[in-house]
Amino acid sequence: MRRLGWLRSTAASVVAAAAALGGLGGGQAAAQGKQLTLCWAAWDPANALVELGKDFTKQSGIEMKYEFVPWTSYADRFLNELNSHGKLCDLIIGDSQWIGGAAENKWYVKLNDFFDKEHISMDDFVPATVVGYSQWPKNTPNYWALPAMADAVGWTYRKDWFARPEIQSAFKAKYGRDLAPPKTYDELKQIGEFFQGREIDGKKVYGAYIFTERGSEGITMGVTNVLYNYGFAYDNPKKPYQMQGIVNSADAAKGLEFYKELYKCCTAPGMTNAYMQEGLDAFKSGQVAMQMNWFAFFPGLYKDPNVGGDKIGFFVNPAGPKGHFTQLGGQGISVVATSDHKDDALAYIKWFAQPAVQQKWWQIGGYSALKAVVDAPDFPKSAAFAPQFLESMGIVKDFWAEPSYAQLLLDMQKRVHDYVVADKGTSQQALDLLVKDWTKVFKEQGKEVASQ
Amino acid sequence: MTTILQPDHATIPGVSKPGTSRTARRGHGLSDRTIAWLFVAPTIALLLAINIFPLIWMIRLSFTNLNLSMSYLPLRFVGLDNFRDILTDEDVWFRLQTTAQFVISSVALQVVVGFGLALLINRQFRGHSFWTTIILLPMMLSPAVVGNFWTLLLQPQIGPFNYLISLFTGVPPSSFSMTGQVSLAPWTIVLVDTWMWAPYVMLICLAGLRSIPDYIYEAAEVDRASAWRQFWSITLPMTVPFLMLAVLFRAIENFKMFDMVNLLTSGGPGSTTELVSISLKRAAFEKWRTGYSSALAIILFVTVFGAANIYVKTLNKVKQR
Repeated sequence: MRRLGWLRSTAASVVAAAAALGGLGGGQAAAQGKQLTLCWAAWDPANALVELGKDFTKQSGIEMKYEFVPWTSYADRFLNELNSHGKLCDLIIGDSQWIGGAAENKWYVKLNDFFDKEHISMDDFVPATVVGYSQWPKNTPNYWALPAMADAVGWTYRKDWFARPEIQSAFKAKYGRDLAPPKTYDELKQIGEFFQGREIDGKKVYGAYIFTERGSEGITMGVTNVLYNYGFAYDNPKKPYQMQGIVNSADAAKGLEFYKELYKCCTAPGMTNAYMQEGLDAFKSGQVAMQMNWFAFFPGLYKDPNVGGDKIGFFVNPAGPKGHFTQLGGQGISVVATSDHKDDALAYIKWFAQPAVQQKWWQIGGYSALKAVVDAPDFPKSAAFAPQFLESMGIVKDFWAEPSYAQLLLDMQKRVHDYVVADKGTSQQALDLLVKDWTKVFKEQGKEVASQ
Repeated sequence: MTTILQPDHATIPGVSKPGTSRTARRGHGLSDRTIAWLFVAPTIALLLAINIFPLIWMIRLSFTNLNLSMSYLPLRFVGLDNFRDILTDEDVWFRLQTTAQFVISSVALQVVVGFGLALLINRQFRGHSFWTTIILLPMMLSPAVVGNFWTLLLQPQIGPFNYLISLFTGVPPSSFSMTGQVSLAPWTIVLVDTWMWAPYVMLICLAGLRSIPDYIYEAAEVDRASAWRQFWSITLPMTVPFLMLAVLFRAIENFKMFDMVNLLTSGGPGSTTELVSISLKRAAFEKWRTGYSSALAIILFVTVFGAANIYVKTLNKVKQR
């Protein structure tokens, strides 16, 4: 009885304490000021955004809270959040490929009326970023995001190694031309082979670093830089979703073969599952002569005490036999439809779209997509990589942005990794299987897929 | 409980029995039975909410075309289509084969190593406790930590593992990649899993070894049975039920292995180490094919449940012998 009596009083106390705490929590929440949560990936530009956001807080009194997730789990984490109609994020800087799903599923607030009201014109932004980050359906005036972080794949190289007379003369003796940043992929491969296994300052170095990551999007974001330039396209521009003979054309197969050759000839050992961070590590540790990576990382690399400054150079993704393109990266900023603070979130976007804010964004490590910033006469001289960035933004292509993009992406990850890293089948077989996978996905989505 | 409580009141004059007085009932508010239910109810509610309800919901979803990345599409009942798609998909069978190879290899190796360690640790020697603790350390780590630090250990250029192999074989350390080569990656995940979980098998085996009464060995020694004979006739048969239990636990765990392999290889190179749990996660939370992945989860659940049931029945038969 004593035990039950004790239990009764404890139960009553717990209930009372819980009620009291609940009340207290509610009171505290009510007492707090306005706050917005912005969700993005954890990387260098996110740190710059935190700095930038302090100005917004100063002006508006709205506190900014940030939810940054590493790239490898960024899509999983936030798509899960959006799918479950969570209220974690008020603002989200979502990947370009999410735009279709986000618009169709109404995860984002449509911004057309807001843009009209606040006189924010999409004509003021770089066209590729508007199509890539804001519009759905593509090339229609339906806007779901403001271009926030322009980005594309570019290359860094060891300018100091390239400039050494003994290396210059050895290269010229072997290839009959001066060693310079490559303009084509054939040149890049030659340079990669030249540096592969070479000893520089008593250390063995390797030719090139390219994306090979299997789990999220890595190898796809790498291989497309070659594929586009060898003639690969996602579908027939005249017949949407018609992929047979386009995705798996003979030229595309040659491009895929080339990527594998590049992986085999010129990368460091063990780079079988490597993406952005592994590339940065390889370059910063003086392991590779050339590195494929996103422009977003270049400000940080330029500041690096060991490999930055005069030691680093930048070049645009090289051309291939069938064209000159590069993979689009970057994101737009959107208001999450389930947010309880939509007005404050829109106020943030209005503030962020201002030319002065965009100018500062570029200066502190972000990449503005505002024409007023990037088309300014002094822009090419504003950073060592600015001219390459500008050129790249003019030749970008993006992956599918369909609502089913995740399935399309994972199918490509599998087929490309199977061929390039795991040596399974031929390039033609890999692309044929990819067409089969993608056809199935689109059919499930209810799309008409023409075979020819 | 009533039998314990009643005498207290019965022996104190002037004190009424609990529950009989309206005043007492009002004072305490709730009856014993209600209190008991109140304490059990949250557990039952939790069990229903996080186990039973999701299971029923998942079964329902497995008959639909639900894809969360396209939740604007109408939800359709597709009957057994998802199950048919899975069972006729070559890739799924390949993943199941990969999983079976991983489970069989890693559990077999863990049993051999774990049993060997248990035999060693079962002897009394100096530093016995210290070495037992050292051996048990790997299983105390989180699989995520294990995956990450083995990734570093196995790195071809800076990882000590390749240098160790190079020391013994003369093969240049950076000429092979344990996690990146199709021929090595499946063995690498087996190796790391064995490193982590052989101590667990050792613990179970040790319990088995310590449960064998000393007089049996004493009798065997009187009969002049050799150490080898004692092992085959006493030690091994009497620890078999424990070994089988270890196999059951490890097989179930390895069948659903995800975190460590995902961190070590992400299922690669290509799809070489893509276990069925990784496929399931990709289908459910990366491709968002909810209907399809629900069906796959049910198939896996039935497979594990069925296999475990057959195994437990066998285990009981062995015990009865």
